[in-house]
Amino acid sequence: MTSRHVDVLVVGAGPAGLAAASLLATTGARVEVLEREQSPGGVPRHCAHRGFGNRPHAWTGPAYARLLTEAAVHAGAGLRTGVTALDWAGPRALTTVGPQGVQTLAARAVVLATGARERPRAARLVPGTRPAGVYTTGELQQAVHLYGQHIGTRAVIVGAEQVSHAAADTVRAAGARVVALVTELPRPPAAPARTLDARLRHRTPVLTGTTVTELLGRGRLSGVRVRHRDGRTATLPCDTVVFTGDFVPEHELARRGGLVLDPGTRGPAVDGALRTSRPGVFAVGSVLHAVESAATAAREGAHAATAVRDWLTDGTGGDPTDPEWPGGVPLVAEPPLLRIAPNRVTPADRLPYLLRTALPLPRPVLYVTQDGRPLHRERCRRATAVPHRPLTLTARWTHLVDPDGGPVHVTVT
Amino acid sequence: MTVTASGALPAGPYDVAVVGAGVVGCAIARRLAHHPELRVALVEAQDDVGQGTSKANTAILHTGFDAVPGSLEARLVREGARELAAYAAESDIPVERVGALLVAWDTEQLVALPRLAGKAVRNEYHDTRLLGPADLYAREPHLGPGALGALHVPGESIICPWTTTLAYAVQAVRGGVDLHLNAPVTHAGRTDGVHRLGTPRGTLHARRLVNAAGLHADTLDRSLGHDDFTVTPRRGQLIVHDKFARALVNHILLPVPTALGKGVLVAPTVHGNVLLGPTAEDLDDKRATGSTAEGLHRLREQGRRILPALLEEEVTAVYAGLRAATEHDDYRIAAHPAQGYVTVGGIRSTGLTASLAIAEHVTGLLAGTGLDLGPSRPLEPVRMPRLGEASPRPHQRPELVAADPEYGVLVCHCERVSRGEIRDALAGPVPPRSLDGLRRRTRARAGRCQGFYCGAAVRALFEEAQR
Ligand SMILES: Cc1cc2nc3c(=O)[nH]c(=O)nc-3n(C[C@H](O)[C@H](O)[C@H](O)COP(=O)(O)OP(=O)(O)OC[C@H]3O[C@@H](n4cnc5c(N)ncnc54)[C@H](O)[C@@H]3O)c2cc1C
Ligand SMILES: Cc1cc2nc3c(=O)[nH]c(=O)nc-3n(C[C@H](O)[C@H](O)[C@H](O)COP(=O)(O)OP(=O)(O)OC[C@H]3O[C@@H](n4cnc5c(N)ncnc54)[C@H](O)[C@@H]3O)c2cc1C
Repeated sequence: MTSRHVDVLVVGAGPAGLAAASLLATTGARVEVLEREQSPGGVPRHCAHRGFGNRPHAWTGPAYARLLTEAAVHAGAGLRTGVTALDWAGPRALTTVGPQGVQTLAARAVVLATGARERPRAARLVPGTRPAGVYTTGELQQAVHLYGQHIGTRAVIVGAEQVSHAAADTVRAAGARVVALVTELPRPPAAPARTLDARLRHRTPVLTGTTVTELLGRGRLSGVRVRHRDGRTATLPCDTVVFTGDFVPEHELARRGGLVLDPGTRGPAVDGALRTSRPGVFAVGSVLHAVESAATAAREGAHAATAVRDWLTDGTGGDPTDPEWPGGVPLVAEPPLLRIAPNRVTPADRLPYLLRTALPLPRPVLYVTQDGRPLHRERCRRATAVPHRPLTLTARWTHLVDPDGGPVHVTVT
Repeated sequence: MTVTASGALPAGPYDVAVVGAGVVGCAIARRLAHHPELRVALVEAQDDVGQGTSKANTAILHTGFDAVPGSLEARLVREGARELAAYAAESDIPVERVGALLVAWDTEQLVALPRLAGKAVRNEYHDTRLLGPADLYAREPHLGPGALGALHVPGESIICPWTTTLAYAVQAVRGGVDLHLNAPVTHAGRTDGVHRLGTPRGTLHARRLVNAAGLHADTLDRSLGHDDFTVTPRRGQLIVHDKFARALVNHILLPVPTALGKGVLVAPTVHGNVLLGPTAEDLDDKRATGSTAEGLHRLREQGRRILPALLEEEVTAVYAGLRAATEHDDYRIAAHPAQGYVTVGGIRSTGLTASLAIAEHVTGLLAGTGLDLGPSRPLEPVRMPRLGEASPRPHQRPELVAADPEYGVLVCHCERVSRGEIRDALAGPVPPRSLDGLRRRTRARAGRCQGFYCGAAVRALFEEAQR
C-alpha cells in the first residue's frame, strides 16, 4: 500500500468538487480530485438537456461538465478518475482504490463532494413483481445518452418535478412514448410552463394525487397499478417505469467517518463556511442538500474554497481537536419545512440558506429565533413556495446569533 | 463441459435425468458427477440455475435444533449443515457463524424457551443456552425494549445461497453433467424402461429420473402416476436493508414459535445487509412471487418492535420466495424402483441447509433402484468468487490487483464490484443469461442505488459479452 500527501483532497468530480478544486489550485495549493467514474463531471455528464450554469439554459450537462473539468485541470488540480475513496485512514486521510490498487492519501484538508442519488423502487417500498424495465433517472439517462441502450417503448414516469420532465425528455429522445407522469402531490410541482409543455405540446398526462401501488409483469414490466386519492384505481400498461426525484445524499464516506449528519438533509451537518463536524473536513454540493441546481453546487464549491484556504493558512492542519474549528449552533427548520442547509450557524456566516417545504405555502414569511429571541423576519421572493423547489433565506441575521446559545429555529407562516 | 440454453436436446439416453436445477437438483447432479461412468442431465425450465425458491430465502445454515425430532428432515438438516459448512470453507462460499437468539417478548414465549432447548437436545443439538434480559441486551444493544430473555443457539450460521447453488452447478458441469436450461419438462412418460421427458426443445431420454422440481414436484409426480402430496406455496416476503444496518445486529434474531404462529426474523447476511421477514402466506398460485403493500407493512410493524433503528436505514431490495409446503410434516423423498424414479418433494424451508445430505440420500435411493453407479472419484475442488464481507473482497487484495488491475476498477460502487469480477462471471462455466443472474454471481446492482450509478455500465458489459 503506497501513501502520499497533498494539501487538499477533493472527493467527487461533479460541479461542486470541480469548482472547489479550480479555485484552490489557482491559489497554488496542491489539490487532488478523486472521481470513481471513468470520466469527470458528475451528474451533468449524463444530462443531455440544457439548463446548466449560471445563465438560464446556458449549457447542456455534458458541455457544463467539460467546462468545469477543463477549468480545474487548467488551474493545476490533479484529477484522477476511476479512483474510489473507500474509507478513512485518519482524520484527514483516505484509503482509495483504483487500477493501481489500494493507496492511502493524506491531506491537510478534505472536501467531500460526493453528490446525491435518487431512491430506487425498492427503497420506496413499491410492491409487486421484480421485472426488467425499472429505472431511476440517473440510470435511464446513462443508458440512453452514454450507452445508446434500448429502453422499451412505453414509459410511466413516477414524479412530476423538474427532474421527472428531464426523464420524460430522455424517454422521448430514445424514441419511446411517455404514458404519463404520476405524482402524489395535489398540484404539479414543476414550473407551470414545464407542466403545460408536457400536457399541450407532448400530450403527456400529468396525473396528480396519484400513487403507484404495484408493478406488474414477469420478466418484463407489463404495467403499473395506480390509485387516485379519491379511491379510483387503474392499470397503466407500459414496459418501462422511471422513478424520479426523491433524492438522498451519497453520504457513505461522511457516515463511515463518523461526521455528524443533519437529520433533515441526511447529509453531513455544515456551517456557513461549509465546515463539517471534523476540523479540516468540508462538504459541498448535493451531498449537503439533495438536490439543488448544478450552479448552486458549483457556487458552494467556490465558497468552500475560501474557507479551505483560511484553514490551510491559519489552521494547524494537524490536531483533530483543534480548538480553532468553530462548531456553530444547530440550525433547525420546523415543519412544514423539510430541511435547511447549511444547518449549523456561526455569527460570521454569509452563505444564503436553502430550504424545502413539504406543503405549498402562499406568501411565505420566514422567522428566525434563538432561545425564544427573534433574530430575523423575511418575506420570501416567491409568491408561493412549493414542494420540490428551493426556498432561500438570506444570511443577514447571523451576526445576531449567540454562539453559546441554544439551537436557532426557522419557522414559516 | 456442456451447458445448453437453446437448440434441440441430445438424442441419446442419459443414465439419470435430474429435473429442476435449484439448490437441491444441483446438489444431486454434483453428487452424481462423482461417478464418471454415469451420463447425467440436469434439466431446468428457466434460463439459470437457482432461479426458483433457491434464490429467495433467508439464507440461514440451520443447525436443525427445532426440526421435528426423528423426521427425515431433521436428520438431513443436521447432516447437511455439517457437510455444507465444510464444503463452503473449501469452496470460498461465504459463511458466518453468527449464532441465533430466539427472543421472547412475552411470558408465553419465555416459557416456551426451555421446551425448545429440550427439543434441540432431541435433535442432537446440545449447545443452546438460556439468556436473561441483561445478557441479551449486552449481546444486542439495539434490540427494541421489552424483551424478556432468549435462547442462544450458537451454531446457526448465515450463508450465500446463490454462491452455494452455483458452486454445485459448476462442479457438476465440470464433472461431466450436461446442464440444459430453458427446458421445462411439460410431460413425462416411460416406455421400454426409458423415461421420455417432453420439453419445447425436444424429448430427453433417461433411464432414471430424479424429480427435484421444487414447487412443481407434485405435478411431475402425478404425471408419473403418483398421488403422494400436493404443494401449497407458502409465500415469504422479505425486506433487505442497506449495509449501514449491519452494525445494528450481531446474531440472527429468531421469533419464538407459539400457538399463534411464527413471527418474523431479523438476520444479517454474508453480504453485509440485514434481512427482515419472511411473511408466511398460503397461496395457490405457484408464480406469486410478488410483494404486497400489506405484507411489507406488517413486516415493518414487526421489525419496529424487534430492532427500531432498522427502519431508519435505506431498503435495498424487497423480494418474496415460495416454500414448497405440503400437507405432510416432513420432506417427501421417495424411491419408486420399478419406475426407476426418485421424487424429492416438499423440501420446504430447509432445503439450502440440507442440500448435500439430500443429494447423498437420493444417490443411495437411486442405487437402490438398481442403478450401477460405477467407480467413484473425488471432484476437482471449486473456488468461488468471494462475495462475502467477512473476508477481503477482490479490490482489497493487493496481490490480486497488482496481477490484474481490472480488480481495482470498481463498476458497481455501492457493492464495490470490480470490472474484473464481472468479466470473470460472464466467462464462467455456467454464465449468467440475464442481469439478475449477473447480480447473483457478483452483487453488481444489488446495492443501495439499484443501478442509479452503475446500471447502464453493468448492462453494457453484460450485453457486450452476449455478442
Ligand atoms: C437527473 C438529474 C437531472 C438534473 N438536471 C439539472 C438541470 O437541468 N440543471 C441543473 O442545474 N441541475 C440539474 N440537476 C442537479 C445537478 O446535477 C446537481 O446539482 C449537481 O450535479 C450536484 O453536483 P455535485 O458535485 O454536488 O454532485 P454530483 O454531480 O452528483 O457529483 C458527485 C461525484 O462524486 C463522485 N463520487 C461519489 N462518491 C465518491 C467516492 N467515494 N470516491 C470518488 N468519487 C465519488 C460521483 O461519482 C460523482 O461523479 C439534475 C440532477 C439529476 C440527478
Ligand atoms: C422465504 C423462505 C425462506 C427460506 N429460508 C431458508 C433458510 O434460511 N435456510 C434453508 O436452508 N432453507 C430456506 N428456505 C428453503 C429453501 O430455499 C428451499 O428448501 C430450497 O431452495 C428448495 O430448493 P429446490 O431445489 O428444491 O427448489 P427450487 O429452488 O424451487 O428449484 C426447483 C427448480 O425446478 C425447476 N422446475 C420446476 N418444474 C420444472 C419442470 N417441469 N421442468 C424443468 N424444471 C422445472 C424450477 O424452475 C426451479 O429452478 C426458505 C424458503 C423460503 C421460501
